[in-house]
Amino acid sequence: MGIRETAEEAYREALPALAVSAVGGLFAGVVLGGMRAELRAVEGLLVLVPALLATRGSVFGSFGARIATGLHQGVVEPRIDFGDERLRAAATAALANGVLVSLVAAVLTVAALTLLGDRVAPLPVMLGVALIASVLSGVVLTAVVLLVVFAGYRRGYDPDTFVGPVVTTTGDVAGVFFLLVAARTVLTLLGALGGGP
Amino acid sequence: MPTEWSVRAITRAMLPVLLVLALVELGSGLVLGALEDRLLRSPSLLVLVPVTIGTAGNLGSILAARLSTAFHLGTLSFDPGDDTLAGNAVATVALAVTLFPVIGLGAWSLAALVGRTTLAPGTVLVVALSAGVALAVLAVAVTLVTTYAAYRLSLDPDDMVIPVVTNVCDVLGVVVLFAAVVVFT
Repeated sequence: MGIRETAEEAYREALPALAVSAVGGLFAGVVLGGMRAELRAVEGLLVLVPALLATRGSVFGSFGARIATGLHQGVVEPRIDFGDERLRAAATAALANGVLVSLVAAVLTVAALTLLGDRVAPLPVMLGVALIASVLSGVVLTAVVLLVVFAGYRRGYDPDTFVGPVVTTTGDVAGVFFLLVAARTVLTLLGALGGGP
Repeated sequence: MPTEWSVRAITRAMLPVLLVLALVELGSGLVLGALEDRLLRSPSLLVLVPVTIGTAGNLGSILAARLSTAFHLGTLSFDPGDDTLAGNAVATVALAVTLFPVIGLGAWSLAALVGRTTLAPGTVLVVALSAGVALAVLAVAVTLVTTYAAYRLSLDPDDMVIPVVTNVCDVLGVVVLFAAVVVFT
């Protein structure tokens, strides 16, 4: 194949997945654009956003790839069964790792901004937002990945080809949406306690 | 050999990578933080943030996956005239030129739909397109350097190139968006 044919083939194969993922990214952006009040109220939250989104993408991308491999190997049945030990272990590991890394990212963000002398919300506030956001988005993404991968597999599609875009698209939207929910929850709790961040 | 299906084994395989990654992403978070005032004033630019990071990472990871496969099949040679190398590099830039103007206008339209915009649609389009093209060129450079390094160090590019490229492109996405915002607004 010459340069032109190679370029055309690569372009054609990549465009649909990139376009779908870009639409998801734009909707995530709209939610982020709508939470400017929360971003102002919880100082340093914007700094945490890339780490939270990337963690979500890696954890659930890997979870999806693992389920896809399990289906191909025949060690996982394509139905949601919480009695299935393998499925339960993979889901628990994804959820636990996602929450743990999000909490570490919150600590690192507060530490870095404090060292730089920037204003940052207190550590408990950042930890609370990271905890709520990572638990809620983790539960939703576990369900979405399982439902989409199993439904696709039963209809005869190879999950390897679609699990990546599904995770990046829903991961970004769910990640930012639950970040907004978490920030509002923590701010409401603080308001109820009479303190402000 | 795939990882065993237990919480402990999966965690042991994933956690170190995830922690390093979180540290790298903190770098791009700090760049975003430096731009916070301007982003909070212009909703269309804030809308651009996740989609620019995501598309940059996707462009890099697709290119890296394709070059890794060509490398494994033995059809890749590190020569600027190599068909696979040059063809995929051209496709990456072409994809950015196609997608980023649509992304820019999409970001402005969505921001206008849900609220008030402070920038002209043309400005947002120019920011998105220039950031996108710069990112595509950087993604090609980073992918080539990393794939070549993997080849020289006899590492499997599947293990190394894709995570490195995806994360470097994530960070570069924010840095380039920052530069484009400073230059054009």
